[in-house]
Amino acid sequence: MNRRLPLFAIAALSLAGCHTDMWRQPKGEPLGENDFFPDGQMSRPLLTGTIARGKIRKDDAFFTGAVNGKWVDTLPVPLTKALLERGQERYNVYCSPCHGQIGDGNGMIANRGFTLKRPVGNYHTDRLRKMPVGHFYDVITNGYGAMYSYSSRVEPSDRWAIVAYIRALQVSQSPEAYGMDRFEVEALKKTHAPAAGTESHGGGSHAGESHAGESHAGESHSGEAHAEGAAH
Amino acid sequence: MAQIFKPSANHITQATLMGLAIGVPTVWLAIAALSRSPANTKVNVPLNQPIPFSHQHHAWELGIDCRYCHTSVEKSSYAGLPATETCMSCHSQIWTNSPLLEPVRQSYETGTPIKWNLVNKVPDFVHFNHSIHISRGLNCNTCHGPVQHMQITYKGNSFQMQWCLECHRAPDRHIYKDETRPDLQPRQQVFNLYWKYQTTGLDGLSERERALMLGTFNGTDNPKEREAGKQLVKDYGIKVQQLADCSVCHY
Repeated sequence: MNRRLPLFAIAALSLAGCHTDMWRQPKGEPLGENDFFPDGQMSRPLLTGTIARGKIRKDDAFFTGAVNGKWVDTLPVPLTKALLERGQERYNVYCSPCHGQIGDGNGMIANRGFTLKRPVGNYHTDRLRKMPVGHFYDVITNGYGAMYSYSSRVEPSDRWAIVAYIRALQVSQSPEAYGMDRFEVEALKKTHAPAAGTESHGGGSHAGESHAGESHAGESHSGEAHAEGAAH
Repeated sequence: MAQIFKPSANHITQATLMGLAIGVPTVWLAIAALSRSPANTKVNVPLNQPIPFSHQHHAWELGIDCRYCHTSVEKSSYAGLPATETCMSCHSQIWTNSPLLEPVRQSYETGTPIKWNLVNKVPDFVHFNHSIHISRGLNCNTCHGPVQHMQITYKGNSFQMQWCLECHRAPDRHIYKDETRPDLQPRQQVFNLYWKYQTTGLDGLSERERALMLGTFNGTDNPKEREAGKQLVKDYGIKVQQLADCSVCHY
C-alpha cells in the first residue's frame, strides 16, 4: 500500500495542474460583463462632473465652439497644413459616408435610402458658407437634425481639424464665393505639389484632382478669417 | 508455488507493448491535430451573432472605414466595438423596419448593450495591443483575415502562440512600406490599402497586398522584400532581439 502512495501523489499533482483560472482571470475587460452592477456592464460611465486630472474644459471656444452663446468665427487652434491633413483623414472616416468626399451631401450612405425630410447637409450653399466655424463644431459635437452626435467618436482637437477641412472643401468647390477667381485657383494647383501625407483616394469621380489647391486655398481663407476676427 | 501468470499473459504483454508503441504517438498526434484544427481554433468558422452583421456589406460595398466603428484601434490596446449609437447613426434612417435590426433598436431604446459574441480573443495572460501593430503599418487583415469580405465575421488566424511568434521572431517577413505612397505614415498605410483596393481592384495591388486583402498572406520569403523589411524594422526602432521574449506579451 505504501508503495502506491507516490503514484497517487504524482497523479494528484498532475491533475492539480489542470485549471483555467489564469486563462480567464476574474478581472474586468473593456465592454465586458459584470453582474455586480445593475446595468450588467463592466465599463462604468463617468459620474457627472468628473474631470480627469489636467483635463478641465475651461476654453469655451475650443470645447464648445461658442463664446457667450455665440459661435466663434475663428479657429481656436493654429491653422497648419498638418491640421488640414488630419481633418481630411478624419473627415473621410467619419463624415464622408453621408456628406460625401467633397461635402456635397452625396455620400454613399445618403444614397442608400435615407428618407429625410431635409436632405443630408451640403456645405456648398450660401447659408453654410457664411456659417461661423463654431457652428460646424457644434454640429459634430451635438448632432443636428437626423445627424447623431459624434462627440464619442471624434475628439475635440480632431473636430476642429474636420471643421478646418470643411472650410477648405467649401473654398475648393466655389473659390469665387471667397473672392478667388478661376485663374488664381489654377495657379495654386500648378505651384503646389499634390497634398501629401493623407489618405486621399479616388472613392468617387471627384476626389483626386481638386486636392492640390484645396488645402492651400483653405489655408489662405481661414487665415483671412483669423485676421478679420482680430480686427473686430 | 503456483504460477503467477497464465500462458495467455505472453500475448497480453506483447499486445500491451505494441499498443503503447502505436497508441501513445497516435493519441499524441491526434491531440496535436485536433488542437490545431478549426474545431478548436475556430479559424474560418463563422460565429452566430445576435444581429447578422456583414463586414462585406458595410466595409466593402459601402466603403465605410474600419475606424468609423472601431474608433480606438489607432490609439488603444483595444480596437473598440461600436456603441449601439454608432449603428443607429445610420439605422435610425435606413432599414428602420427591418426585423433583423430589432435587437439594435431594442438596445437603443432600453439602453442595454448588445451582447456580441467574441470572435477574436486571447487568454487573459496575454496582453495584446492594437495600436502598436497599427502604428507599424501592419494591416488589419494580417491577423484578422479578409475581414472586408466576411459576410458573418470569423476568425482569420488561430491566435495560438506559435502563430504570434512566427512574426515576432522575424518581423521583417511582415513589415512593409507601400512604395506607391511614400508620403503615408505606416498608420495611414493600413487603412489606405482598403481604399486602394476599392479604386484599383486586385489588379492594382502588389502581390503582397493582394494576398493581404484575400487573407492568404503568411509573411514573405522574397530576399529583397525581407531586406526592405529589415531596414524598416531598424527605422521603426523595433527591438528584434527582445520581440520574442516572454515578457513582451506576458506581463
